[in-house]
Amino acid sequence: MTTANILKLFKIRGGVHPDDRKKLSAEQAIEKLPMPSLLHIPLQQHIGAPAEPLVRRGDEVKKGQLLARNQGAISAPVHAPTSGRIMGVGGYPAHHPSGLSVRTITLKPDGKDDWLDNLEPCDNPDQLTPEEIADRVARAGIVGMGGATFPSAVKLNLRKRYTLHTLVINGAECEPYLTCDDRLMREQAMQVVEGVKLMARALDVDHVLFGIENNKPDAQAAIREAAKESDMITVVGLPTRYPMGSEKHLVQTLVGKETPARGLTADIGVVVHNVATARAVYDAIHLGRPLISRVMTVTGESIQTPKNVEVLIGTPLNNLVDYCGGFNAEPECLISGGPMMGQPLPSLRVPAIKGSNGLLALSGKENKATTEMPCIRCASCVNACPCGLVPLEMANHIRAGSLDSSVKLGLLDCIACGSCAYVCPSHIPLVQYFNYAKGELASRQRAQHKQKETKRLAEARTERMEKIKQAKREAMAKRKKEMAEKKKREAEKAAVAGAGS
Amino acid sequence: MMVSAILVLSALGLSMGAMLGIAAKYLAVEGNPLQEEIEGLLPGSQCGQCGYPGCTPAAEAVANGEAPVTMCPPGGKALAESLAEKMGVSIDLSSVEEKAPMVAFVHENLCVGCTKCFKRCPTDAILGGPKQIHAVFADACTGCEKCYDVCPTECIEMRPISKTLQTWYWPEPAKVA
Amino acid sequence: MSDETTISGPYTHAKSSISRTMGLVMLSLLPATLFGLYQFGWPAIFLFVTTIVACVAAEAFSLQLAGKPIKPFLMDGSAILTGWLLAMTLPPWAPWWIALVGALLAIIVAKQVFGGIGQNLFNPAMVARVALLISFPLEMTLFNQPVPLFSAQAPGFLESLAITFGSSDAIDAVSGATTLGHLKTELGRGVALPEASTTTASIWQQLWGQSSGSLGETSALLLLFGGLFLIYKKIITWHIPVSMLVTLALLASLFHLMSPENYVGPITHLFSGAAILCAFFIATDLVTSPVSIRGQILFGAGCGLLVFAIRTWAGYPEGVAFAVMLMNACTPLIDHYLKPRIYGRDRKGEPLVYADEGADIK
Repeated sequence: MTTANILKLFKIRGGVHPDDRKKLSAEQAIEKLPMPSLLHIPLQQHIGAPAEPLVRRGDEVKKGQLLARNQGAISAPVHAPTSGRIMGVGGYPAHHPSGLSVRTITLKPDGKDDWLDNLEPCDNPDQLTPEEIADRVARAGIVGMGGATFPSAVKLNLRKRYTLHTLVINGAECEPYLTCDDRLMREQAMQVVEGVKLMARALDVDHVLFGIENNKPDAQAAIREAAKESDMITVVGLPTRYPMGSEKHLVQTLVGKETPARGLTADIGVVVHNVATARAVYDAIHLGRPLISRVMTVTGESIQTPKNVEVLIGTPLNNLVDYCGGFNAEPECLISGGPMMGQPLPSLRVPAIKGSNGLLALSGKENKATTEMPCIRCASCVNACPCGLVPLEMANHIRAGSLDSSVKLGLLDCIACGSCAYVCPSHIPLVQYFNYAKGELASRQRAQHKQKETKRLAEARTERMEKIKQAKREAMAKRKKEMAEKKKREAEKAAVAGAGS
Repeated sequence: MMVSAILVLSALGLSMGAMLGIAAKYLAVEGNPLQEEIEGLLPGSQCGQCGYPGCTPAAEAVANGEAPVTMCPPGGKALAESLAEKMGVSIDLSSVEEKAPMVAFVHENLCVGCTKCFKRCPTDAILGGPKQIHAVFADACTGCEKCYDVCPTECIEMRPISKTLQTWYWPEPAKVA
Repeated sequence: MSDETTISGPYTHAKSSISRTMGLVMLSLLPATLFGLYQFGWPAIFLFVTTIVACVAAEAFSLQLAGKPIKPFLMDGSAILTGWLLAMTLPPWAPWWIALVGALLAIIVAKQVFGGIGQNLFNPAMVARVALLISFPLEMTLFNQPVPLFSAQAPGFLESLAITFGSSDAIDAVSGATTLGHLKTELGRGVALPEASTTTASIWQQLWGQSSGSLGETSALLLLFGGLFLIYKKIITWHIPVSMLVTLALLASLFHLMSPENYVGPITHLFSGAAILCAFFIATDLVTSPVSIRGQILFGAGCGLLVFAIRTWAGYPEGVAFAVMLMNACTPLIDHYLKPRIYGRDRKGEPLVYADEGADIK
């Protein structure tokens, strides 16, 4: 391991310093949640196409068995988190602010927690080729566990299209409250580091920068200790500032280059993976186990005893709350993820999914935006924006209904980090304006696409109708002609006959 | 002093008026090339929801300024916006009432397989043949209601397209005073 | 959960609000204001209170008329601040109706007609001051020497009431031109500068505020402290004040060096008149200044240039209000052309391209 002090860090623009409130749960060791009575495993826990179920109601499954396979290039399979019986495949409320239902497999655990017998643990992972590692990661259903849930194997295969030089491991955990990555690094440093090495092999890079914010000294020490044998991993202390964990900004801090707009970090030779993903990769390769559980932070002022819990994918969230002693007061809001970029939860019935890193039950005590007032053009948002945007103008254009001009102002370069809304003295819900506009634009694009398709169909139909008519006309003409010829022949015949008689 | 001012201003006005007149005469645009472009933007399903007998007459009406750019219900906001751009008019899109998009749905227990709907559908969105139960291919349905009008057993229902996780997005924040 | 009640994040918020912002600005104005009120006695206090009360009343009236909720908008403190800043630019012994007309101009014409808080193009206090200066040149340029409260020369409470609300000749006894006004007059008479400035207040007096002028033209030092406090509290950034004062000082130095006989030196430019007040409190008005850093630097430099030009060559001895208003008018333009560079894009808005791609790889 090389020392961190040599590495020069680069400054990023903007950012905010929210009260981190990590003390609530930072000293709570990871605990395993008792087996819930039912698991609801959604078929879409990742970006891309939903998985296609392979099981039916009544099937008995083993722990780790494939329940649904990936469809298409960007997708991820889903596995059974424990052994038991499939109760059904159908709609169930999604882990999503809309509260809409999504196709979900419901599994009733049998309590035996029997692993599948044909797991393929790998004793000498050093012998695996990059393709084999990526393939195993894909089959294990691993997705980006920092919250983005992009299928990890797709990212590991980026070496085929880009020349890469560095793997960046995101241990920033810059969101307030969340401590699951912190605990993971402290308690399972070895597994995390081994996972990182595998990913570096898969990407064929010989340089790994492991970024951890300076508010987690124990995690930094643990990873340094675990990585001291390896001379390719450099543990870097990052300044504590939100949004340090944003992929593009983390890379800029470490490498000093900005990712080109609309591009990937791979454009500048860097791939970023999360620490929890690294642990999942370790499990998948060394133990042959698919991704069926994850560590979540259950915290917030309304939670009796905040904890870091290892939960099976599909566990209804109310099990987590119960395990943490329930609420000490009716929470003001329930959030999945951190308070900056997290999403509100419609209910506690929804299941934990691969991308959920935290469950926050916030009381009314936190500072939060209240009544919206007019913008006073104070430029706080401009100074806070890590992307160099002018949020106040974008919001004005969106409010006036001209979404296209907000795109010209950089709407699509917004990473929705929430720094602008966090500092806004007028408490304007800037993030919601941007999310609305992005969604509306996407929906218009879909509408336009549909319109084009419709047009194509309508034209095809007109053409077909025309052909049918044409064919009819031709048939008619042919028949007429035949009739005429027949008549003519008959007439000739008659004439001949007449002449003959 | 005052007389000269009046003279100068009158001369200025007259000359500019003359220039405008000349420009109007010699730089006049023949015909209306807009109509074809507008027709290109319209859905082309000839559904008639706008009140015109098809997309070509509708395009003509828009090009002549007889119909508003917001006249096409299946096109929605997106179309209104692109038409407004083409026409060079500004519209307040926030006031455009986006009709919830609908798709036809065939109640199978009532369908007699008469093929009337099937024949009327401008986008071939209805599947099935004579004496067969018909079904609607929702992705191709524009919600024009032509089938709805002709069905003898009233087995077709217009249903709003339900939102999914892929199509849901945050609503616009409520406006403050 | 229905769509209407879902609110997007973030679910935590900085301790910021409009009223906090306005409150901090007022807090930083407080030392200079208290000192000024002490220096100019009861009439100044009456005028100060009258201006603020008139502004708040005008704001409440306008909100009522516009059918907007009165309480939250009054509570944001913006009307009080406007009144406060206006009062600081008026001659301290001006009559009450100056304050009233000024308040109506500031709140109704310059702010509410534009759509209320956040919508105004021009700084309301400056609009009012400029309009008053043009409409009532006599009252607006009649300054008096500082006569601290309870000093022998100071008017008593009742006498002061007469000065502000009635008619009194008391001001004639203590009237005195501002430093800039005096220099302008003398230079205009053809008197050389070194000679003219013998009778003006010393630099120390200007700094501390023992010279005649409006409240905001007195204690440059206390205003400077207040301004630095605002920067420390991150209500304003350093860009506008620094670029404005540096531009003013540079121009003043340049011309002073070229002709010390005719051009006032940089120290006098910076510490007499309202330069400090303007740099930290007027030009930095959040609503009417640009939002990007480059825009703010340009804006500040423009203010500095105009202040110098107006003070030196135009008819008025003090040009701060005109300068700020002229630059206010440029703000939308500046904001349009000077935007921050977007992450991952060049200044033109095109995605970054790395020419050396591949060179540092493999």
